[in-house]
Amino acid sequence: MNNNGHGVPRPVGGPIMTPVMKLCLALAGITAILLIYRFLVGLGPVTNMTDGHPWGLWIAFDVVTGTALACGGYAIALLIYVFNKGKYHPLIRSAILTSALGYTLGAIGVIIDLGRPWWTWKLPIFFWTWNLDSVQLEVALCIMLYTAVLWIEMAPVFMERWEQEDDKPKLQEFSRKWTPILMKAMPWLIALGIVLPTMHQSSLGSMILLAGPKLHPLWLTPWLPFFFLVSCVAMGYGMVVLETMWSRTVYSRYRETSILTALSPAMVVVLLTWAGVRLFNVVAAGKAEYLFNLDRFSILFWLEVLLFVVPAVILMLKPTRTDRDRGRLFLASGMMVTGGMLHRFTAYWFAYNPGDHWNLYFPSMFEIFVTVGLIAAEVAAFMYIIKRFPILTGRPSAALPT
Amino acid sequence: MNISRRGALKVAAFGAATAAGARKAEAREEKTAPPDATGMLYDATLCIGCKACVAACRDANDLELEKGSVLYDDPVDLSANTCNIIKFYDGAGDGEAQVSFVKQQCMHCIDPACAAACMMGSFQKRQNGIVTWKPDRCIGCRYCQVACPFNIPKFEWDSPLPAMVKCQMCLAKAGTTKEGQLNEVGQPACTEVCPREAVIYGPYEELKAEALRRIAEYPDRYEDHVYGLEEVGGTQVLYLTAKGVPFAKLGLPELGPEPVPALPVGLQHTIYKGFIAPIAVYGIVAGLVWRTRRQYDDAGEEVGA
Repeated sequence: MNNNGHGVPRPVGGPIMTPVMKLCLALAGITAILLIYRFLVGLGPVTNMTDGHPWGLWIAFDVVTGTALACGGYAIALLIYVFNKGKYHPLIRSAILTSALGYTLGAIGVIIDLGRPWWTWKLPIFFWTWNLDSVQLEVALCIMLYTAVLWIEMAPVFMERWEQEDDKPKLQEFSRKWTPILMKAMPWLIALGIVLPTMHQSSLGSMILLAGPKLHPLWLTPWLPFFFLVSCVAMGYGMVVLETMWSRTVYSRYRETSILTALSPAMVVVLLTWAGVRLFNVVAAGKAEYLFNLDRFSILFWLEVLLFVVPAVILMLKPTRTDRDRGRLFLASGMMVTGGMLHRFTAYWFAYNPGDHWNLYFPSMFEIFVTVGLIAAEVAAFMYIIKRFPILTGRPSAALPT
Repeated sequence: MNISRRGALKVAAFGAATAAGARKAEAREEKTAPPDATGMLYDATLCIGCKACVAACRDANDLELEKGSVLYDDPVDLSANTCNIIKFYDGAGDGEAQVSFVKQQCMHCIDPACAAACMMGSFQKRQNGIVTWKPDRCIGCRYCQVACPFNIPKFEWDSPLPAMVKCQMCLAKAGTTKEGQLNEVGQPACTEVCPREAVIYGPYEELKAEALRRIAEYPDRYEDHVYGLEEVGGTQVLYLTAKGVPFAKLGLPELGPEPVPALPVGLQHTIYKGFIAPIAVYGIVAGLVWRTRRQYDDAGEEVGA
């Protein structure tokens, strides 16, 4: 952990009930009440979903996009453990925490969206009923398992603090007993934490291919799982940069600019691979005609490609060694996150056409509010945990310039 | 960035498996109708639009009237309350003289996308090829609706305890054998009441032969195409339409011969064949993680999550 001279991770401390925290809790609280209503009346009265558009914002954003936004832990773990780049270690705790919260949000989003959630418990248990043809089965089981793995990966961080709580002897004893066991198991868990996202993030691409003729040809490609996998890595890096810049600035920590800038080459490789294969694939599959129709699909396609190419170009600019580099990094990260989001929204929403007699889907205010409320809950949990548990490295940046 | 080539190769292993899957996705075996498959044949030239089948379906399956249908049952589309519907096509809108009726219900695909989608097999193709839904393993994810090229499965949007609803060829009504086969006297309510035998029920092979026979015998009466013979790998409900009224006008989408599950399921089974790729990647990654952490240990550094 301590390989950057920035010190060990420490709780941020400070008051919990800040105005931002109160706002987040209020939004989350209202959402909880709205959800009681949703489970009393069913999905129809509160959402704009129909038999033509059976999946709306909650699947397209909370699950398909939200879990990809939560791929920071995956993307950083890839760098540290597969590419042996130990210098990124100061980023890993907050990345894993963001991932754990993001996947938990996705899981809650699924439960809210499910029509018959009361049978969900059968899914991981009734293995003899598993339909191995169902791509969604793999996605569902993988996401359940990975969410558990993420929280277990986080457990030592919580126990690190509990070990010191002398006034809670039971918690202390529990932590002292389990920490060494967890540390032994950790390599196997970390490896699981790399393999599982590789599996389900690609499978999220395969999953929507079952829409077949209802999906626009530019997205109906056997390479969609590849694009989903590569773009989730880009989104993971982008989110790590955004989240690190935000949390370190707000909580006056080392900005870790040098580490973040060092991510650039990896991001450029990922972004250009995605855009290159995407373009080549469309042409190779003989679908080039769709690129110049000037309809909404061709525009969405080019927008996707631009949101992967432009940040790559920005990241390749010569460093200025000034604050401008941070601005560029922020912009590029924002763009690549948006690009990955657009790719997922398009595959699961904009490019899905059940037939011309179905109205286009746009989420209801209720759906939007629930999604906002879930994000607010996630932010609140993040703020609480970094204030009370050792997540962020680096002493306050007030003492030292970055 | 000095990404070690070895490491890059290793992590690319899964990506390569994904890519290999992308190229070999056609490997999935072609499905055919089971030998004792039954089905329906709808002949639009015989239908007079009396909607006796719509009412009979509602009775047989205990479906409520559509909302707003107080004096007169007049559903406008399939829904969770309407598993069978007769629609009217007026050619005048296209500057044509012809009109036609069309019946819509589940097509009972030979390779059903809903059954491929369904995680715990609530949607299943029974022995005689009829596609049914069982409530006890459905979690209401609606992937079946996303998958179905005909938009057939319907969800009870207005219920807190919703079910998926679609035509099950009146299996529950007719009295079935254990395997879900309609018994000798049983037939779906719609075919039973049709006064013109515009829709008939029977063994799939016989219906196929009958449809082709009608076209051969009356080439001027029918479009030279039996809808459902080729579409998405074949459906156990077949359609004939009048000359000059293409199926697309009747709301039957133009679909190729490839079953909808062929691409994603073929892809999935190629990538995950024998579950070898995930296990191999897990082994490699676990080795790399172990190596990385040993380096930290050697450097005397504490390693956490």
